[in-house]
Amino acid sequence: MSGSPYAPHTTSETTAMLDAVGVDSEEALFDIPESVRFDGEFGIDAKSEQAARRAVASKLADNDDLTEFLGRGHYDHYVPSVVDHLADRSEFITSYTQYQPEVAQGFLQALFEYQSMLVELTGLDVANCSMYDAATALGEAATLADRLRSVSGTRVLVPDLLHEGRRGVLDNYVAGGDLTVETYPTTDGNVDREALAERVDETTAMVYAENPTVRGTIEEGLDTVGDLADEHDALFTLGTDIVALALLEEPASVGADVVVGDGSALGLGSAYGFGLGLFACRGDREFLRQVPGRLVGASEDSDDRRAYTLTLQTREQHIRRERATSNICSNQAWVALRTAMHVASLGPDGLVELANDSVRRARETAARLDALTGVQAPVHDRHHFREFVARVDQPAEAIAADLEAEGYAVHAVGDHEIQVCVTETNEQALDGFVAAVSEVVR
Amino acid sequence: MLSEKGSETVEVDSELPDDLTRDSLALPNPSEPELARHYTRLSEMNYGVESGPFPLGSCTMKYNPKFTEDLAARSDASIHPDRSERSTQGTLGLLHELQTYLADIGGMDAVTLQPPAGAAGEFTGILVAKAYHEANGDERSEVIIPESAHGTNFATAAMAGYDVVSLPSNDAGRVDTEALEAALSEETAALMLTNPNTLGLFERDIEEIAEMVHDAGGILYYDGANLNALLGRARPGDMGFDVMHYNVHKTFATPHGGGGPGAGPVGVTEELTEFLPDPHVRATETGYETYTPDSSIGKVHGYDGNWLVLLKAHAYITRLGDAGLADASAKAVLNANYLAEQIDYEIPFGPFHHEFVASAGEQDAADAAKRMLDFGVHPPTTKWPEIVPEALMTEPTEIESKRTLDQLAAAFNAASASDTDTIEHAPSRTAAGRIDQTSAARNPRLSWQALEEEE
Repeated sequence: MSGSPYAPHTTSETTAMLDAVGVDSEEALFDIPESVRFDGEFGIDAKSEQAARRAVASKLADNDDLTEFLGRGHYDHYVPSVVDHLADRSEFITSYTQYQPEVAQGFLQALFEYQSMLVELTGLDVANCSMYDAATALGEAATLADRLRSVSGTRVLVPDLLHEGRRGVLDNYVAGGDLTVETYPTTDGNVDREALAERVDETTAMVYAENPTVRGTIEEGLDTVGDLADEHDALFTLGTDIVALALLEEPASVGADVVVGDGSALGLGSAYGFGLGLFACRGDREFLRQVPGRLVGASEDSDDRRAYTLTLQTREQHIRRERATSNICSNQAWVALRTAMHVASLGPDGLVELANDSVRRARETAARLDALTGVQAPVHDRHHFREFVARVDQPAEAIAADLEAEGYAVHAVGDHEIQVCVTETNEQALDGFVAAVSEVVR
Repeated sequence: MLSEKGSETVEVDSELPDDLTRDSLALPNPSEPELARHYTRLSEMNYGVESGPFPLGSCTMKYNPKFTEDLAARSDASIHPDRSERSTQGTLGLLHELQTYLADIGGMDAVTLQPPAGAAGEFTGILVAKAYHEANGDERSEVIIPESAHGTNFATAAMAGYDVVSLPSNDAGRVDTEALEAALSEETAALMLTNPNTLGLFERDIEEIAEMVHDAGGILYYDGANLNALLGRARPGDMGFDVMHYNVHKTFATPHGGGGPGAGPVGVTEELTEFLPDPHVRATETGYETYTPDSSIGKVHGYDGNWLVLLKAHAYITRLGDAGLADASAKAVLNANYLAEQIDYEIPFGPFHHEFVASAGEQDAADAAKRMLDFGVHPPTTKWPEIVPEALMTEPTEIESKRTLDQLAAAFNAASASDTDTIEHAPSRTAAGRIDQTSAARNPRLSWQALEEEE
């Protein structure tokens, strides 16, 4: 093969175009000094479509076929076929950011609907139309706190059990400003409210909590955390995910100023950690001016018909440059579209049912494991969502390795603790899984 | 219609205590056929690369092959990121291969795939530069950026805590080396540059620029937005760049998705490898593993980036191979030059590579763009870079045929010939007329709840 399979030029067309430009070769169009020209080879052989496809498929076949009981902030829910088919319509997937709204009304309306769904789910006034993932959204929340003139302090407080990926990203996002990150203790998986109260003061810029937590526990009394943050002029940021939002206390009602989290729990599947960052916040003027990311607003066209457009772009990097509220340009718009489609396909009853099933599955599965000799589950005396931690008598790493040999993946989260997550995508494998655990814990 | 009017409110009952749950939830409740019709209708009200030419300068809107979508949809591609490395050798192997391809293409020694977008790649690259200086006990406070650079460069430098020093262009539209000399100091952490620059011009003095930056102790950062102009012809690493990001959604044909997801891998030279993000993938004698580089900057993504996007880029690169990649660049450059030849607007700077910036002259570039919509094409990027008054920044890419370029040129020329009244009232042949952006910003209505309140 001699050229790009996606460039349409015939030899005679190429010649005609070169003639029109007034050069005799493509080479002559490259204004590159000889000293930095590349005349080597990468050694990448061009493949037919079939061969390129086979090469990737053959590599993927090196992955073991395991049934995953994995979660810890990243979840696998069944994505209905209708989502794949509609989201893959080429006008959606092959389009760019909606800088010409007159020919982008479809995507703009879809993103406006996504924003609206998040407003309903969080109870907050404003949602942007996506961040990269939960971890980077948390980082953005911290820098928002740093920019808000109405919030004082420079300390960001996070739970000691915060997922390592989220903590790591947060550390990098705050590194350019004046913020520092500190942990507060948890008790039995949840916020230790008394200990937190001792740490929050006027030097606190933001308090972060999660519901459900990384161990799957459901928080109680988050309103007192909201009050505490409020009393000390700190932002209260709540981390959650799009399924949990359908069931658990509305973030706004517990005093959350910002909600971040994982949107890809719907619409995308596991995808090796590929995510969608949720970001919603209060609608006060100051928040509106400082919120990171893209916003779609309703407007009218020249015939006074309802129309949508990107708005408040003066916050963005292409206008305000170094004074922008975030450097985000490409975000996760298409994933947000998929998530909105998935939410709409479930409807309110379907989404609440999925959330309720997430509570039931965790409870029932924990009870089944607890009945085994050598296992106590759940270790936290809390309500759970999708997942729970189980204590095992044998070393957890060995249990996880033995389970993997039996075809199952779980997290080892402590010397003698494993974590198990159950959704509709692995529930059918529960009998085999429980039997395997029963075998390996002895 | 999914809207406040199509929503249904349900009571929320649960086995959980009432004080842990919400009371009600209101969301759209369409049947599957209604849902299919809704989104089909929305897709019909949207313009993509498969609708027609999409010559957005600096955005590289090229065709996205279908077979890569099929690969990304495979169930064995979608695994949980916390699985053991022993059980994910296939995924790690593909990541490692892509790292290697990208390093070769960019002339870099190592590549991380973790950044989920180009701007995230910039942030990663600048953090690497910062970590490098700090490891040398060398605190620096400034990043130099040409005026014509992408806005993300400025925002990224500020995000990393740097002061931005803006660099003017010379009369030829290139880096003004005298101004650069004046801007460089012991405070210079990095110079961020794309090459060709946003005018499509190759920075011919690049080796001198690199030497100047390095002599001042700075890092030379390559913004990969325009890499499609160079594939197989020149490599940032050979020009003296120390760090670069790749926009796989531009150069390697993964879909832009209406604003993302992209992926922004970052390449570095050997001396910066120890600062790459955690985790990094490497080959061992028996397979692949991840590790934390010695002086790693830590995490820039919750897991390991936008994997399915990376998978598509991998497949695209193996489909094209050396010859196809070089041909893509050649045809992209030929197409830009041919299109430029056919249009009536003035093009003040050249010779250019894959993109050029025309000036709408007396016209408002945004108006001219609206007029182009009437001819069934997507207009170019407007009003930027500001070096060219009323800029129309145009990048046709390699995928357009001569016939399509002629159609595009006709749209440019029709806009050029339009009288003021016509272009101020354009577009008139699209589904929606000109949209009032001012009222959208003055009176922000950002959800159907806000619209409801208003009524």
